[in-house]
Amino acid sequence: MSAPRAGPAAVARLGLTYVALVALGAIFSAPVVWMFSSSLHGLAGVFAQPFRWLPAPPHWENYVRAVTILPVPRFLLNTVIITAPVMAATLVSSALVAYGFARFRFPGRDALFALCLATMMLPGQVTMIPLYRLFAWLGWVDTYLPLIVPSLFGSPFYIFLLRQFFLTIPRDSEEAALIDGASRLRIWWSIVLPQARPAVATVLIFTFIGTWNDFFGPLLYLNSPEKATLTLGLNLMKTQVLGSGVVEWNILMAASLLVLLPNVILFFAAQRHFLRGLTMGVGK
Amino acid sequence: MKAEHRQGWLFVAPWALGFLLLTAGPMLYSLYLSGTSATLLSPPQWIGLENYRRMASDPLFYRSLGNTAAYAAMGVPAGLLLALGLALLLNAPVCGIGFFRTLFFLPSVTNTVALAVLWLWLLNPEFGLLNAGLRACGVEGPLWLQSETWAKPALVLMSLWTAGGQAVIFLAALQGVPRELTEAAAIDGAGPVRRFLAVTLPLISPALLFNLIMGLVGALQVFTQAFVLTGGVQPGSEGGPNQATLFIVLYIYKKAFQEFDLGYASALAWALFVIIVGCTALAWRLARERVHYEGGTP
Repeated sequence: MSAPRAGPAAVARLGLTYVALVALGAIFSAPVVWMFSSSLHGLAGVFAQPFRWLPAPPHWENYVRAVTILPVPRFLLNTVIITAPVMAATLVSSALVAYGFARFRFPGRDALFALCLATMMLPGQVTMIPLYRLFAWLGWVDTYLPLIVPSLFGSPFYIFLLRQFFLTIPRDSEEAALIDGASRLRIWWSIVLPQARPAVATVLIFTFIGTWNDFFGPLLYLNSPEKATLTLGLNLMKTQVLGSGVVEWNILMAASLLVLLPNVILFFAAQRHFLRGLTMGVGK
Repeated sequence: MKAEHRQGWLFVAPWALGFLLLTAGPMLYSLYLSGTSATLLSPPQWIGLENYRRMASDPLFYRSLGNTAAYAAMGVPAGLLLALGLALLLNAPVCGIGFFRTLFFLPSVTNTVALAVLWLWLLNPEFGLLNAGLRACGVEGPLWLQSETWAKPALVLMSLWTAGGQAVIFLAALQGVPRELTEAAAIDGAGPVRRFLAVTLPLISPALLFNLIMGLVGALQVFTQAFVLTGGVQPGSEGGPNQATLFIVLYIYKKAFQEFDLGYASALAWALFVIIVGCTALAWRLARERVHYEGGTP
């Protein structure tokens, strides 16, 4: 690849690269293809040896069973009820704090920002027991509040991400608005946030992925099965199906695929935002 | 000037308040709990360092430490190597590369529980794809999650499948390597291996350090995979054959939320905290002199 002319060595290297990519690609995608294939087999087909990759006929009704064996629509609704407010609250609170760190000079600012970054590395296990006691004392166990309320206080990683982005926005229009008498809050909302759209999108997408797929929080705080999220519900389903006489792996695979689906759709719709969020942390 | 201070404080107040209420306060309280005999129902009673003494002679604690260390020792280097290899492949200027980048990256942005359920089936000794593939190669696969020896390697395999996330970070770093440098080295007669070791690797070392530390911290906190893959039908059965997948976080979870031994669980959490901070600091110190930051160390 070092020279534009395609010598035999370059052609050979290109060929090898393709062979490696295709081989690894096959290994990486085989589990998902197998999952999809399993989800369309009848119970006999799923245990058939050797395994048939093309189920004939495909048992699409497995997907109906996957969403009715446990109240999956209810789980979906619960997940939305948690995820939507968390996305809004995380964005607003993190963007407020990030604006404070990016645009104001005040004593202790740099120390506070360093502290904020340091908490990113804090393992959650140290605070989980006291937080559980706190939420239990408030009577919030088996409600969605322990999963939603903490997002009102901003999240260090998103504060960092948004602050870095705010710093790259020129201040001219903000200063003009200040002279015209606009409040800082108004400037933040109507001048800064619209210019930070890419960072805002990254925050929303990562918050969605994190909250939608969270397992530990719902596992700790949601006891009633009818309050479960999709992720927690899938684990409940796994336990129930494994506990029955013949394990319906086809149903479990169908349910798992349905849980994965929103992630995959979002990923294809917003791939570049994922990449930005992922590579953000390295430069610091 | 004073108004600017006040406004600045107001903007960062949500985080500052959250830090006090949800981080600093709970940390102090957790430290206090670790010196008590608190359970879910009984109020905390001060017992000093008793929990830490109990930990020092708790075989399950050592078991969970050993399991976590083994998991990290296998998974972190293997994950880094695989991710770096993938990134080098994905950096090749060939057509269709976008498709492959998506393909390798996808498993790392999905739902851990759904992936764990999938792997539970993949790792099924009799009907799973993995052993079917091994059988096709003439090898009788192990019992994986039902085997004390193979349960941890099974979880490592699953973690390798999500190496695409780290690969993306390596890829971004590789794309920042100026082509003139590798070309100059090639003109000076350096072969591909030497070019990689002497030019590329130093230039992507910040990404390597980042992935190393994030990988290490992640491996030390492994929970969901172990909980879903080795949790049987009965609650409390998590931990695998002969506790082979009882990792520290899983042990803390079981002590705190299945046995309600909150004081002891808090002490365990602090032990994990010290281990994570220690490992991170060690990795940082060892790597610092070797990591090359463009434009000097920050």
